[in-house]
Amino acid sequence: MNTLKFIIKRLLLSVVILFFVALIIYILMRCLPTSYVERIAQEKSMQPGSKSFEEWMAQLSATYGMNMGIFRGFLHWIGNALRGAFGDSWFYTVPVTQKFHDTIWLSFIMGAVSLFFELIIAIPLGVIAARKQYSKTDYTISVLALAGISLPTFFTASLLKLIFSVKLGWFDLFGLVGRDFNQLDAMGQFWDKAHHLVLPILTLVIVSIGGLMRYTRTNMLEVMSSDYIRTARAKGLSERKVIYHHAFRNTMIPLVTIIGGSLPGLFSGALITEQLFSIPGIGFTSYNAMVSGDIPFSMFYLTFLAILTLLGNLIADILYAVVDPRVRIA
Amino acid sequence: MTDKKIQDAAEPATEPAAEQYSLNDDRRVKVLSPSAMVAKRFFRNRIAMVGLFVLIAMFAFSFLGGLISPYSEDQLFYRTDILRKEYASAVENTEFRFAEAREKAFPSIVQAQFLLAADQKRDTFTYGDDTYTVEKQGDDFYVVFLTGGDLVGIAYKDVFSLSNANETLSFDTLFNGLKAYGNRQPSFTADGKTYDLAADGIVTLDGKEYGYISRYVVQALMPDVFLTRAFKEKVTESMDKHAESMLFTTEDGEEQEFFLTYNPSTQKWLIRQETESHVYDTYASPSKEHWLGTDGNGMDMLTRLMYGGRVSLMIGFIVEIISTFIGIILGGISGYFGGWIDNLIMRIVDIFYCIPSLPVIIILGAAMDATGVEPKIRMIYLMLLLGLLSWPGLARLIRGQILSLREQEFMTATEACGISVRRRIFRHLIPNVIPQLIVSCTMGLGSTIITEATLSYLGLGVKFPFASWGNIINDVKDTFVLTNYLFIWIPAGVLLLLTVLAFNILGDGLRDAFDPKMKR
Repeated sequence: MNTLKFIIKRLLLSVVILFFVALIIYILMRCLPTSYVERIAQEKSMQPGSKSFEEWMAQLSATYGMNMGIFRGFLHWIGNALRGAFGDSWFYTVPVTQKFHDTIWLSFIMGAVSLFFELIIAIPLGVIAARKQYSKTDYTISVLALAGISLPTFFTASLLKLIFSVKLGWFDLFGLVGRDFNQLDAMGQFWDKAHHLVLPILTLVIVSIGGLMRYTRTNMLEVMSSDYIRTARAKGLSERKVIYHHAFRNTMIPLVTIIGGSLPGLFSGALITEQLFSIPGIGFTSYNAMVSGDIPFSMFYLTFLAILTLLGNLIADILYAVVDPRVRIA
Repeated sequence: MTDKKIQDAAEPATEPAAEQYSLNDDRRVKVLSPSAMVAKRFFRNRIAMVGLFVLIAMFAFSFLGGLISPYSEDQLFYRTDILRKEYASAVENTEFRFAEAREKAFPSIVQAQFLLAADQKRDTFTYGDDTYTVEKQGDDFYVVFLTGGDLVGIAYKDVFSLSNANETLSFDTLFNGLKAYGNRQPSFTADGKTYDLAADGIVTLDGKEYGYISRYVVQALMPDVFLTRAFKEKVTESMDKHAESMLFTTEDGEEQEFFLTYNPSTQKWLIRQETESHVYDTYASPSKEHWLGTDGNGMDMLTRLMYGGRVSLMIGFIVEIISTFIGIILGGISGYFGGWIDNLIMRIVDIFYCIPSLPVIIILGAAMDATGVEPKIRMIYLMLLLGLLSWPGLARLIRGQILSLREQEFMTATEACGISVRRRIFRHLIPNVIPQLIVSCTMGLGSTIITEATLSYLGLGVKFPFASWGNIINDVKDTFVLTNYLFIWIPAGVLLLLTVLAFNILGDGLRDAFDPKMKR
């Protein structure tokens, strides 16, 4: 009962926060120079078969309440957004929600696969490093983890491309599908896509594995120095049992919390990685929309990301309270 | 390690002064202040020392390197490139050319009929109501009449070129000249003048060169070039010899080299001249002058890297200062006062925490691109934006620390002493947070530098002419650079990696050093 109350309270708070985040995003959009917005609309109306300039601007005002004051306009927009009316994307000329629906699953699959690999690599390495603290293994793993954190995504991707695409010729440099994609059968198409996703996923794993590894190590070390581990050792349990039964299970508590909190992030797409490999997921799609001044899509994406962050925090908090019985719910 | 201990233990024994204190004298015990303990722990950490050393090297490279480097940030370098420009073309004329005796006497449709007749070796052909007679008067030289009537025109393959570009060639001269050339006559008369015709086709009038007749057509391809006869002859001669190059002396006595190539598909000879041109020295390989080569704009790579480091480090520090400032103020107030103020500030933190910073900067960057904001002002905007979007984490950290410090005895003491609130927060609480603050800032510097580099890589951060490690790597977007010019992007990437890694290692080392629970 207490937990339920806590969840409801957090949920309501999240809604309030989301309201203000949306307000800031809206104000930000309204602050864009009018000349910039008008120029994009002008460019769009120049394209063959496009709506006229007036229609573009009218659509914009209708969706965002441009002709009203900032706060009323914001209420107007958020009212529309709540009904799922985010307008038509300027860059893709289809409804924003449709484009979102077309691209989100690819990003999710990419994120899920890389998270899976991160978990099965990072957690065991983190545990090993903590067990052998100050050993050569520990230093190697720690420095590698730090190097992973310190690697800029674009440099990692360029290096991987140089090694695997250019020198070895195993993968294509860009894109999700190969040249002969349309000639392949269903199974072949699946493998072709999987083949093209190898390098992006590898990039994602390399740049994000370090953080999880360090987190595991720190928590494991903390647990290892606690009294109940000393007790376990004192009563003569085997080291195996101490590590995997007593220590690791307690290390799992913070791990489960942050992994749970990162689950919504799987939907946010990898903005930079997707852009580097031209993978048409939500990240690449949004990047193109954002740099070309596609206001409807950008607004949608920003709001979407804010919701995901809030959801992540919420899940982490709730999990923390649920998983660890020692935590008092405030 | 054990050797060292023995040495340490042996040291006091060699000092005679130590023996003078009694056993429980305080002066016998070496007392270290907490900060000295921290420093001692820190300097013992070998990995952290490596990080510190790398950072010092990086600062020296970026801030001193620019002073030592002989080049400036955006100094352009040129090289002279030898380009073979197309100078002229020569072709052996294999098609009939036509000349009309009078205007409109020999229309193209009749010319076509003539070609048919010549092909079939017929003497006459008809077109419309008229019958034409063809008379061969030399090699590939035909004269066409209306049967029993007027001269219509001539068809020929040898080309009559004039020496003087301003003169025009009359039909009569052309007709008689070609006829004489075809029949190898030494002279001919046209328009009442007598011309001399040499065996090599040179036509002279009154001892002056008038023009010449040849089977080859040599045309200038470069504008403003008039080809002299001597040049054309030289070309013809070289073509006969199938020479690949020829030396030609102009009237001014200058010797020029030309290169001839034959293209079988068009049956044309191309004559090219080598000219020296001044071009940007782009993507030059590493050399003595340019240790890391030059970039796509022809600027010295090593110098760009130095200035890029300056920009990257400076942006990192300024952003960190901005965000630390906001973080300390809001976190400090929130943690100290608690209650509704804490609640309010923490909700603001939550709101800012949820704003997706990278997309927001990308959108604003694109808008700045479109409205053409100056690169320098843009850099300032970038720092402000990054700073304003990165403080929430720090504010949370400081608030948490202060929340727990607030309850400790020394704070009760300050309250009892009646110290003002401002003094209590900023003189007594904040200094106690500084260890965590330093660690978080050091780590934060690394990630800020990565963010800045990523934005610059995308072309939305630091812009040309300013260098930044990110926009130096930007060139790698070109697959050709990725594959062939490793010296362009690898060094910048390695510097970036080393710097961020060093900041992270340093942060780690500081954290360990500040932690009193650490045994070492």
